[in-house]
Amino acid sequence: MRDQETKAATFAFDVPSDVQAIESTVADLVARCRAAAFDGPRLTFNFRIGVTEALANAMLYGNRGDAHKPVRVELLLETTRVVVRVRDQGNGFNPHAVPDPTLECNLERPGGRGVFLLRKLMDEVRYNDQGNEVQLVLVRTMPPRGQR
Amino acid sequence: MSFQTSKQNGVVIVDVDGQLIVGNRQELKQKVLDELEGGDRKFLIDFANTGYIDSSGLGVLVSLSKKIREQGGELRLANLNEDLRTLFELTKLDTLFNIADSREEALQNF
Repeated sequence: MRDQETKAATFAFDVPSDVQAIESTVADLVARCRAAAFDGPRLTFNFRIGVTEALANAMLYGNRGDAHKPVRVELLLETTRVVVRVRDQGNGFNPHAVPDPTLECNLERPGGRGVFLLRKLMDEVRYNDQGNEVQLVLVRTMPPRGQR
Repeated sequence: MSFQTSKQNGVVIVDVDGQLIVGNRQELKQKVLDELEGGDRKFLIDFANTGYIDSSGLGVLVSLSKKIREQGGELRLANLNEDLRTLFELTKLDTLFNIADSREEALQNF
């Protein structure tokens, strides 16, 4: 089991805090996943939304839209799972203090669904103690090519 | 990604081609608000060619729906694929919107 969790590939880069950069960043990560034989609806839907949310939170709330503050992105393509880490330069936040957006009193609020969607769409969401880095995990539902 | 606007039987129809996310939500919002200010009250957003919607995209739909209702109008949605419908169900926004399976269905009795 330990061998299966060995990291197959790691990519790390900085993205400026510009929401216009999110779509191309997500497309780049998706392409890297596809190159590692991770594909399907969980990549095209869950992964894309999850990473979009994490990047938007980091840019807009963590770095407060300051284009001079980059967001650090790491992608780990492992045999059994895909891991994305997104870190901003802010002071962090308490993810447990985010109100439930599905409560009737919150339904008509335009914001507050980002963290909720992360938790619903990813297999694992973990924040560091400071709250300025989130780790997203999607477990591969199909073994990679050559191991089927 | 782009938003194409047309009009059919007095209903403003917006086609979302690509993604509705934090990077382009303001463009959609402005297009709809411009039509609202111009006097239109019936709006249909068609997601037949939409890949995914993030929380900001959902938020702008909630915001637009409220503004349109305040002006006595209505916003309907159509052609959500299975994933997008799941997104609305997860967030319980399916209870907030009139969601039709097709554009034709949405335009009926509008």
